[in-house]
Amino acid sequence: MAQTLDYLNESPSQTAGPYVHIGCTPNFSGIGGVYAEDPGSRMVNDKTLGERITIRGCVFDGVGAALKDALVEIWQADAAGLYNSPRENRGQADPEFSGWGRSPGDMESGEFVFETVKPGAVPWPDGRMQAPHITFWIVARGINLGLHTRLYFDDEKEANASDPILMRIEHRQRVETLIAKTESSATYRFDIHLQGSAETIFFDI
Amino acid sequence: MADDKPQGGYIQRDRNWHPPAYHPGYKTSVTRSPQKALLSFPSSLSEETGPVFSPSIIGARDNDLLHNFAADGESAIGPRILVYGQVREQSGRGLPDTLVEVWQANAGGRYRHQKETYLASLDPNFGGCGRCMTDARGYYEFRSVMPGPYPWPNGVNDWRPSHIHFSLFGQAFAQRLITQMYFEGDPLIWKCPIVNTIPSRQAVEDLIAPLDLNATIPMDTLAYRFDITLRGRRQTYFENRPQGL
Repeated sequence: MAQTLDYLNESPSQTAGPYVHIGCTPNFSGIGGVYAEDPGSRMVNDKTLGERITIRGCVFDGVGAALKDALVEIWQADAAGLYNSPRENRGQADPEFSGWGRSPGDMESGEFVFETVKPGAVPWPDGRMQAPHITFWIVARGINLGLHTRLYFDDEKEANASDPILMRIEHRQRVETLIAKTESSATYRFDIHLQGSAETIFFDI
Repeated sequence: MADDKPQGGYIQRDRNWHPPAYHPGYKTSVTRSPQKALLSFPSSLSEETGPVFSPSIIGARDNDLLHNFAADGESAIGPRILVYGQVREQSGRGLPDTLVEVWQANAGGRYRHQKETYLASLDPNFGGCGRCMTDARGYYEFRSVMPGPYPWPNGVNDWRPSHIHFSLFGQAFAQRLITQMYFEGDPLIWKCPIVNTIPSRQAVEDLIAPLDLNATIPMDTLAYRFDITLRGRRQTYFENRPQGL
């Protein structure tokens, strides 16, 4: 026998279930008066620096139906490419921008919406710059472990072409699943497909 | 950031330990499970950072589900319980100042939700959500009622064991996790299709909170202890990345 490595196992995941909104966005689900506001519902204020953008999309299942019980969260850098996190050691991020958003999706259509700012570029561990991107995390009934993916922008073609992650994707036709489409001025559409020919690339990262 | 050693990226998730995305015994997973291989990368700044919550968002009764939705002078109906434990990384290091969110059914197994159809009664004094921040050593606690078991449409006679949902942030988005806590001794645990998405008995047992009589409040509240482990960082003195990254 060798010595024992004493790492603990990560707690195993369980689905967020159909009532994730009770715990994560109680005001949205009709449980008022407990929290002043639902966490992550406001990402920007009047003082936040950067270009205001709107991101809209739906999460579709394998038969093409939009999920109405999903919870979508995003995490991103500020307009200067800095994260509002104690782990950020490259400078002080915009204190008026949390970088984190949470959307329960519309009760009828399932559409999620984020009012945020366009993120600046952030370096990859080897120093190359990544294209501007937003990290997405999706949970719902039927999803056994939260799904990580990323949103990139269709108006950042040059940066996307040299992004360390996008460049490494073997099936080039799948790169499009990570790229949000300009829908109108400063509004981007980013649909997420859990299965099928348009299945979004999900990350093990 | 007060880590005592230089640290690398996050330890890769063990996807044979977690439930697989596709598990036909849990029917909803069939059309909601990605079928293509995940794209594997070591973590980067985008995942090694994460949101921070100010303790100022936490109200005085946020971690008291007995009272945070109740009318003045009243409280939720059901067995009174206290749930506490430590949020830590795989190294065993406690994670301070991190947000813990919980939600659950009432003592009759009924959720306060417009899509909920179970015939058990709503409790007018029970909302079902709570939250708190961990202390300097990573400990959290909240007070509630024991949630009831309930039937759900999967097979014709499937029941959820009593459980509390947990949402954890840790200190990095790579650590983000949602899971469920079960109660020691509940015979429904081993019959539940959602529990059984977890591949090993050992992993399921990591989600079962033991009764902790030493932490109970005599003549008042039973206590359960539930520790939660989030992904840890790789500890490396030498890493092939440029200075400062």
